[in-house]
Amino acid sequence: MTLDAAKIRKDFPILFQEVNDEPLVYLDNAATSQKPAAVLDALRHYYETDNANVHRGVHTLAERATADYEAAREKLRGFIQARSTKEILFTRGTTTGLNWVARSYGDANVNEGDEIVISYMEHHSNVIPWQQLAKRKKAILKYIELTPEGFLDVEDAKKKITAKTKIVSLTQASNVLGVVNPIREVAKFSHAAGAILVVDGEQSAPHMPIDVQTMDADFFAFSGHKMCGPTGIGVLYGKQSLLEEMEPIEFGGEMIDFVHLQDSTWKELPWKFEAGTPNIAGAITLGAAVDYLTAIGLEEIHQYETELVSYVLPKLQAIEGLTVYGPQETKQHTGVISFNLAGLHPHDLATALDMEGVAVRAGHHCAQPLLTYLGLSAACRASFYFYNTKDDADRLVAAILAAKEFFQHGSLEVR
Amino acid sequence: MALSKLDNLYRQVILDHSSHPHHHGLLDGSTNQIEMNNPTCGDVIQLQLLVKAGVIEDLRFDGSGCSISTASASMMTDAVIGKKVEDALTLSEEFSQMVQGNEKEDLDELGDAAMLSGVAKFPARIKCATLAWKALDQALTEKQETTVAKQLHCED
Repeated sequence: MTLDAAKIRKDFPILFQEVNDEPLVYLDNAATSQKPAAVLDALRHYYETDNANVHRGVHTLAERATADYEAAREKLRGFIQARSTKEILFTRGTTTGLNWVARSYGDANVNEGDEIVISYMEHHSNVIPWQQLAKRKKAILKYIELTPEGFLDVEDAKKKITAKTKIVSLTQASNVLGVVNPIREVAKFSHAAGAILVVDGEQSAPHMPIDVQTMDADFFAFSGHKMCGPTGIGVLYGKQSLLEEMEPIEFGGEMIDFVHLQDSTWKELPWKFEAGTPNIAGAITLGAAVDYLTAIGLEEIHQYETELVSYVLPKLQAIEGLTVYGPQETKQHTGVISFNLAGLHPHDLATALDMEGVAVRAGHHCAQPLLTYLGLSAACRASFYFYNTKDDADRLVAAILAAKEFFQHGSLEVR
Repeated sequence: MALSKLDNLYRQVILDHSSHPHHHGLLDGSTNQIEMNNPTCGDVIQLQLLVKAGVIEDLRFDGSGCSISTASASMMTDAVIGKKVEDALTLSEEFSQMVQGNEKEDLDELGDAAMLSGVAKFPARIKCATLAWKALDQALTEKQETTVAKQLHCED
């Protein structure tokens, strides 16, 4: 394998504990990732040595905090290959980023009868802001179909995206199916139709190299906590030409130029969008997470996760009664694998796996339109990251087999 | 093996109720009905009651859920059919206390439902056990024909 996961694991203190008397196997990375010691140290270092408010004090700590905060912005710019730090807005996370685009760009550019196009595989955070925008503007929300294998139906996308389409918003990687979408291709025909393309990068940015210029996304939103950073911090990238034209969503301190009695003017990009004291510690700590991931290499992480999925997918498919949803091959596949065991509700299976120390997610994964589309009410999901090992994969398979045995043969309790 | 811990939750009588639920399928004529879901897991329950002169004469349920929620609904129907409305509400409160680990000494009135006391040690599953009882509570205390109520939000 390309990357020494056994060595990397040692960077994550939380992984070395027992859960229900078993060594923890953490496979809920699509919900949130764990944090390496270097990131935890950066958080502590900031509060112990540099803590001050940014962009306002003239004292030394304020200067240091401001410099570190803006240095983090530069790290995030490099992380997604944006042209300028003016295009990097700090947010609370992907949800905030997508809501800002819908509220600001959407309200200014979408009118009655216009169309907004998303797909059936979107997370609720990339569904509801567009539903609400469509309701406000009497616009039409359309959904791109999936192929029977679970890929985005690109031919259907070409049909659904028309001259009436103002916004196309797509996830780069599904949080349920693990499938990776051809963003660059969709960007081409979205732009040809006169629409902008918004990309939900929540499940892709932590796992593969991102180049917003090559993919030609107009907006790209992602969260820090799924890429080894803290919760409550994320990034909205937007093309500078679009951001310049957009109105801020929130108003207050930090984002103003001049405040008069009846009117005010805004700071330049990116600060006009960052009202109030920002999540300074979060941004700086996310910068440390970028340093950590970059040192390992995003291409290496991507390749390693592909190898891990190639290892575990056939073992899961071989379990009788187990259904894996979405693509059955590792092509265009992230470390996210959703499945169900026949005759057993995913919550019961997840509880059994938890008793074996294996942490997975069970439920609708905030993707009810997708689960309905697939004819499901819930599913189990195992999601791998670069600190997971083949041993973790084996523990997952063994735990599923043990759960199957338990529920097939009933309780071990003597009646 | 670690899964022996599951015995505390999935007792045989619970597995029996979940694979062969009692009073499953809906009534022709009902006086109260409700649909309730648990948005964290996608479980949905529909309850139909026949209440006459303050007594629950019949109670049926349908929907989709995990083995804990299905077993709990089945056990609940056994426990409350034939009971006065106020007694059923008292039982509901007793059940709610029990699955949160605040056990009383006398749980006989709950019947098989008392077997769900082990849920208290699985905090993530308490809502599975209480879904049916919450639905019953609302169906008995609210007058509208059909209510869709939600319990929780989701996180990722």
